[in-house]
Amino acid sequence: MHNFSPYDENDLVAALRAGDESAFTQIVERYHANMVRIASLYVGDVQIAQEVTQETWVVVLHSLNRFEGRSSLKTWLFTILTNRAKTRAVRENRYVPLEDSGELDDEPSVAAARFRPESELEWADHWKSNAKPQTWGINPEAHVIAGEVNSVIASAIAALPTHQREVIRLHDIENFSTDEICNILQITPTNQRVLLHRARSRVRHALELYFQRSP
Amino acid sequence: MILTCKELVELVTHYLEGALDVETRARFDAHLAECKGCTAYLEQMHKTILLTKRLREDDLAQPARDELLNVFRNWRA
Repeated sequence: MHNFSPYDENDLVAALRAGDESAFTQIVERYHANMVRIASLYVGDVQIAQEVTQETWVVVLHSLNRFEGRSSLKTWLFTILTNRAKTRAVRENRYVPLEDSGELDDEPSVAAARFRPESELEWADHWKSNAKPQTWGINPEAHVIAGEVNSVIASAIAALPTHQREVIRLHDIENFSTDEICNILQITPTNQRVLLHRARSRVRHALELYFQRSP
Repeated sequence: MILTCKELVELVTHYLEGALDVETRARFDAHLAECKGCTAYLEQMHKTILLTKRLREDDLAQPARDELLNVFRNWRA
């Protein structure tokens, strides 16, 4: 079985057109779970999201001969998905634009109580001496990371509001580019960065609590 | 105008993604040079990102895969 890297997309498209089942399995494994989650953001229901994703695969296969490679296969795939998901959400009256979701409302990255009050004049809004962040004694690039640390991060991500959760997954776990994420989620680069920042800030907070307990 | 710690923590993602304008970036760097708390905070955010990047997705559930293979076989037929 040939393993297609994300970079030999022309080979992958050719293999799909030729009816190569392992090529199809690979692309499904690479994207299907992401597609279902992204469709859920639009339709707000996992069952409907699975239907939309399944329909998308059918459309993709039947349109393969018209795919001209002007965008990447990935972008093309996700564009079909988001268009279908959005149409379905609007039809079922379930579409909630990001602007109405509350996820862009003001929210401090760090609890205000950790900073000095206005009464301290030139020191106002600087760290209180007993609330300063501490260096973590972990080196993510060298250490074998304890499974516990992964669970802390996974739970923190699971607890995020939906758009923040999807942005951090796509950006930091799945390595999608900012452009790709903006296209897929139909959001502006500014909002993408706001969501990413909030998501990372919350994960950082969870890790800080964990490292304080088990340094 | 000096950047406060409270302001700095809101700009960390912009800073790490290279999205700050030159003037704000200079204020950010000037603040870091004198603030251990914010230096540790930036390092925590950097480590958070590296640790998050090490997570991997769960494999696709088997039923979905079988169903999609049928879709593929029908299309090919």
